[in-house]
Amino acid sequence: MAPQSAKRGALRCDGLVKKYGEVTAVNGLDLEVHAGECFGLLGPNGAGKTTTVEIFEGLTEANSGNVELLGMRWGTGNDQEMRERIGVALQQTELADKLSVEETLRLFRSFYARGGDVDHIIRLVSLEEKRDARVGKLSGGQKQRLAVACALVGAPDLLFLDEPTTGLDPQARLQLWGVIEKFRAGGGTIMLTTHYMEEAARLCDRVAIMDHGRVIALGAPAELVASLGADQIVEFGVASGAEELRESPLLRLPGVTGMRVRETREADGGSYLLTVSEIGAALPALLAELERQNLKLDHLTTHQATLEDVFVNLTGRMLRDG
Amino acid sequence: MAETDRNPPAGVIAGSIHESKSGKRTHPLVELTLARIREFVRQPEAVFWVFGFPILLAFALGLAFRETAPEKLPVAVESVLGNADETAAAISRSADLRAVVMTPAEATQALRTGRVALVVGFATAAGDASKDSSHVFDYRFDPARPDSRIARLAVDDALQRAAGRKDSVAVREQTFTEPGARYIDFLVPGLIGLNLMGSGMWGLGFVLVQARTQKLLKRLAATPMKRWHFLLSFMLSRLIFLVLEVAAILAFAYFVFNVKIHGSTLSFMLISLIGSLAFAGIGLLIAARPRTIEGVSGLMNLVMLPMWLLSGSFFSASRFPDFLQPMIKVLPLTALNDSLRAVMNDGAPFGANAAGVAILSAWGLISFLIALKIFRWQ
Repeated sequence: MAPQSAKRGALRCDGLVKKYGEVTAVNGLDLEVHAGECFGLLGPNGAGKTTTVEIFEGLTEANSGNVELLGMRWGTGNDQEMRERIGVALQQTELADKLSVEETLRLFRSFYARGGDVDHIIRLVSLEEKRDARVGKLSGGQKQRLAVACALVGAPDLLFLDEPTTGLDPQARLQLWGVIEKFRAGGGTIMLTTHYMEEAARLCDRVAIMDHGRVIALGAPAELVASLGADQIVEFGVASGAEELRESPLLRLPGVTGMRVRETREADGGSYLLTVSEIGAALPALLAELERQNLKLDHLTTHQATLEDVFVNLTGRMLRDG
Repeated sequence: MAETDRNPPAGVIAGSIHESKSGKRTHPLVELTLARIREFVRQPEAVFWVFGFPILLAFALGLAFRETAPEKLPVAVESVLGNADETAAAISRSADLRAVVMTPAEATQALRTGRVALVVGFATAAGDASKDSSHVFDYRFDPARPDSRIARLAVDDALQRAAGRKDSVAVREQTFTEPGARYIDFLVPGLIGLNLMGSGMWGLGFVLVQARTQKLLKRLAATPMKRWHFLLSFMLSRLIFLVLEVAAILAFAYFVFNVKIHGSTLSFMLISLIGSLAFAGIGLLIAARPRTIEGVSGLMNLVMLPMWLLSGSFFSASRFPDFLQPMIKVLPLTALNDSLRAVMNDGAPFGANAAGVAILSAWGLISFLIALKIFRWQ
């Protein structure tokens, strides 16, 4: 049990396929998560992140493909041992309203042969003051921290967090990030899904960007951003009714490395996204070019390139557009 | 369980999360059962339905069917002749009758609507109209009504005595009331049976389906929790409430209506327990698949309604035709009601209920096993 390979690969899958009727949720997925890293699955809603994670967690069966978790496979007599060693926070689980924080944790603790001390876990997720409060009375952030605490109470080797901070306010999100970082610092392996780029960038050693059930990019967040070949993004639109923008000259401007058109729902045309390596050279040249084409600028913003831009660059869509 | 040395990370977490040996751990079955109990007692409405409702029902039915001193039968005397008042007085001297003088029209109306059991009219003896002592009493009543037939005998007796009839044989009366023969004595075991069925099914069904809709079951399925522990905890928590539930109804029935257990209390509790487990098993089975509260409610009603009617909670199941009896006998509620009544009213020993206990155990065990097999965790 738990061979050496588990040390390098906490989790590995290849050729994973899951169909729900006509819909293919996961379409031939290969991944490897190393022990001790925080791995992020990124993608818009419907990209197949949750299905993938639930296959890893042993809650959903794949149509085909292999999953190896801590050196074991589901359905080969090791399920109990595997469940002992993973911690799970599902997307939007509602724990029993009528139980208190402490009672809920003691209940979950009782399921695991080994695990942490309940008082300690409560302190870890900063719920000391809510120890005796009913779950139904907790705020969204507190509930989410309790859900993560329930995932941690069995002292897992591998922690699955499915959109742990969705719907939380910034402060609650920061608190939860703190908990995750502590677990990570203790040597635990984490797989989390999110559609927040800043979350992935901050927490994850590596991310896989998923779209339509496949991985479309994989690497460290900084690497992926660097692969854009640019560190700034210039987004602008031109006033409606103006003559059509001729795109080709823009690509020849100094410092511009790429260009995309983003459709918006508003009728007044789309936005143009320029990936730019030298903002100082590119911006004046862009304005001059617009002038030359006799176009009126409607809006213009620039920002540091992020994982979001990686996704837009690969798919032409925004992450949150779905 | 293969608890080999856990390789790398878990140990490393020791500093922050893992307190390797100190992690105090209660047995999961205990924690799960405690959770059930906590969830139940923290829901005041559920507590009312389980404890308050049957007591209110017993109270209402007990009042409606209480045994007071036998009531006097009301009889009407038509006010057509001058001696109507004397006739009424003669009738009212009977211990069983109460006579009221009415006009013939009123009397007819009162008889028709059941307010009097019999009407005493006066007819003239044929061809003898001149002498007023020669009138005949004219009894009008409905022979299909038992109280009318009793009134007919009692009125005739009273009037004949008043006219001077003498008893020809001496008689002696001895009366007594058999405890356990009143309606409330019949009703209480039936109510306990009904309540065990209702709380077993509702108590489990809603909680489980709600846990399924809010994905709590899925979350539990991702832990190493043994699945039969989870389902068994529902049955165990029922046992604890069962004692309180049955005790509440019994105490109420004893203090308010003087209803007693004629057999052994231990046998009674043992049968209640087996019955309760049987219904918890059936409740688990019903809640094993549905994804909505509406779905589980429909199924529960489908299962419980026939038993409300057929299983002899409010009236004896023997009133149903013979060809239905074999089917009625194997219903769990019939088995429970019959066994509870046998112990409570007839003082039967536990062993005399072997058949009922076997039927209940079979229902409980088979339902539990099927539920475990087909249970939907997500």
